Amino acid sequence: MNCRSEVLEVSVEGRQVEEAMLAVLHTVLLHRSTGKFHYKKEGTYSIGTVGTQDVDCDFIDFTYVRVSSDELDRALRKVVGEFKDALRNSGGDGLGQMSLEFYQKKKSRWPFSDECIPWEVWTVKVHVVALATEQERQICREKVGEKLCEKVINIVEVMNRHEYLPKMPMQSEVDNVFDTGLRDVQPYLYKISFQITDALGTSVTTTMRRLIKDTLAL
Amino acid sequence: METDINSQDRKDLDKFIKFFALKTVQVIVQARLGEKICTRSSSSPTGSDWFNLAIKDIPEVTHEAKKALAGQLPAIGRSMCVEISLKTSEGDSMELEIWCLEMNEKCDKEIKISYTVYNRLSLLLKSLLAITRVTPAYRLSRKQGHEYVILYRIYFGEVQLNGLGEGFQTVRVGTVGTPMGTITLSCAYRINLAFMSTRQFERTPPIMGIIIDHFVDRPYPSSSPMHPCNYRTTGEDTGVTYPSVEDSQEVCTTSFSTSPPSQCVFTVTKAHFQTPTPVVTDTLRVPMAGLAFSHQLSSSRLSYQPAALGVGSADLAYPVVFAAGLNTTHPHQLMVPGKEGGVPLAPNQPAHGAQADQERLATYTPSDGAHCAATPSSEDTETVSNSSEGRASPHDVLETIFARKVGAFVNKPINQVTLTSLDIPFAMFAPKNLELEDADPMVNPPDSPDTESPLQGSLHSDGSSGGSSGNTHDDFVMIDFKPAFSKDDILPMDLGTFYREFQNPPQLSSLSIDIGAQSMAEDLDSLPEKLAVHEKNVREFDAFVETLQ
Repeated sequence: MNCRSEVLEVSVEGRQVEEAMLAVLHTVLLHRSTGKFHYKKEGTYSIGTVGTQDVDCDFIDFTYVRVSSDELDRALRKVVGEFKDALRNSGGDGLGQMSLEFYQKKKSRWPFSDECIPWEVWTVKVHVVALATEQERQICREKVGEKLCEKVINIVEVMNRHEYLPKMPMQSEVDNVFDTGLRDVQPYLYKISFQITDALGTSVTTTMRRLIKDTLAL
Repeated sequence: METDINSQDRKDLDKFIKFFALKTVQVIVQARLGEKICTRSSSSPTGSDWFNLAIKDIPEVTHEAKKALAGQLPAIGRSMCVEISLKTSEGDSMELEIWCLEMNEKCDKEIKISYTVYNRLSLLLKSLLAITRVTPAYRLSRKQGHEYVILYRIYFGEVQLNGLGEGFQTVRVGTVGTPMGTITLSCAYRINLAFMSTRQFERTPPIMGIIIDHFVDRPYPSSSPMHPCNYRTTGEDTGVTYPSVEDSQEVCTTSFSTSPPSQCVFTVTKAHFQTPTPVVTDTLRVPMAGLAFSHQLSSSRLSYQPAALGVGSADLAYPVVFAAGLNTTHPHQLMVPGKEGGVPLAPNQPAHGAQADQERLATYTPSDGAHCAATPSSEDTETVSNSSEGRASPHDVLETIFARKVGAFVNKPINQVTLTSLDIPFAMFAPKNLELEDADPMVNPPDSPDTESPLQGSLHSDGSSGGSSGNTHDDFVMIDFKPAFSKDDILPMDLGTFYREFQNPPQLSSLSIDIGAQSMAEDLDSLPEKLAVHEKNVREFDAFVETLQ
């Protein structure tokens, strides 16, 4: 099975980074979260209810919808905050990307550890611009808002293709497909990572990884 | 189109599609109410949340949707459409969006109804939630209020996109294949407003152009042959007489122009709620946010005093606030026309001017008119008519009196002490024989020169005119002192008494010459010490200055 990959790009001002990333990540997770499963006898299960809420952005003329789960929101804000700090401290031209990867766990026999097989990866590339005047910032607010509207439409378009989704698991395997650790919603298993790109367009971490892999391959 | 579907699956599918249609309408309408929506997740299934999503059901909206569907389901050639339009305070309206739930012929026979179709419909609703916040009408609907409102209309049948103007855009929310056909949800939206949506909506010639075209190209909805007019049945007559759609629409428009704004509001909403099952719902434009608020509005009617002093009824500003939310426990503020377009603000200014000239033998009392304007919450409806009549006079009085006004700083031979005790404005310009320091406005600031001059003028004129407080100067004779915003006969301690009692406060000690002379000497002596202290702190000052740079 191939992992499908989607890439989105945004150009934002420094203070808009967090909200733009949260908007995209929450929109994706809205579609990739279900209610909590409650398994009954005979292999049937019922699904809890997912609530939604509107979030207004402070620095962008934009409103997005997220699932009503404070735990999920906190987890996303934490990692987006780290990304924003890394971006700011990188001192480069402000290029970076975040990856939201949905994966399934495949149990392996001892001594091998469980495999994580991604089935969908969303990559958001961010380019941070610096603006000088208030007028430019105001225009940027509106422009970024419009861009994010386009991104949401793109995300919805991909979701609508109804391509591969993991099968609904039995009770014993639910943790291989879903993140059951949250109290109120159940997103598919996901992980978020980010990279800061240096001026050459290659990320430092991928360069290191390539070196290590190359040496091991010998 | 062959159907391999068994009867149970068919029933399930029909049920799913029906509730999906109802939920779709709820999501769209709620997204245009103008407020943020928030629902809670629940880990334990309640069994009543369709598609595992917490979407509230506004009863009126469900009712409208059911009426429009009339027991039918979206099928090929028969789509369910939700039309979102904007209506300005002047009564002009414009279509913004058409959301269409359609069915086409492409069948997916292999798909499982109770599982895959259901989950995909749930996903489609989530997509709809996201997309409804992304079209231009969303930002417009968040800003609706006293200038315009957002309306919705549900109809069933063929999609009509004529009213969206040229160059409208379409966004597809999603599709779900079923054995009976493929369900498609899409939105066509007007883009002519797109550049205006991020700013406040305002009436400009292009918009007026569009509206005129709108009415020319697309005749009044009720006359369109597309809408199922077979709905004028008495089958659902609950005993209440329903006005026909045209009548209710007429009521809407006429009541805006002839009645006071507050009554307009309540007429509209009451008309709606008194007809729980309107005759032709597909052409009834329902105000979005008025739905949940009829009782709120009627209870606040008593405290709402339209201070509209307009000359003609057509000039009334549109103060109706339909800004809504789902939570009916929060009463919504009614916009007082006083804040609108400055109609009641105008009387205040002539009142000032008139009041400033009380001593000019003016017997005009603007108190009634000004009182009404200043306290719009009063329920005294008589003052409305009084003030509307009285409005004309302040202007006339103002005109004439200014020509005769004599300034307070007329050159008069008075001694120094008395001069400074008079608290006249710009005392420094009056001829006096004071020492340098006293004449220096920095040390001896003129008494409150930046207060409103009319008020000041009256005070000082009173002072110099020798009012009842017993001043020494009788150059001006006060005949009748009637300050604005006061009524002498109501309270024992009123504004006029206050003026008289406090118009001659005791002189400030720093203004008296002796003390002034003493402090001058002291200041001169202490100067070297002060300079020494400042020199010590030179570095701190420099550092401070550097931080400012």
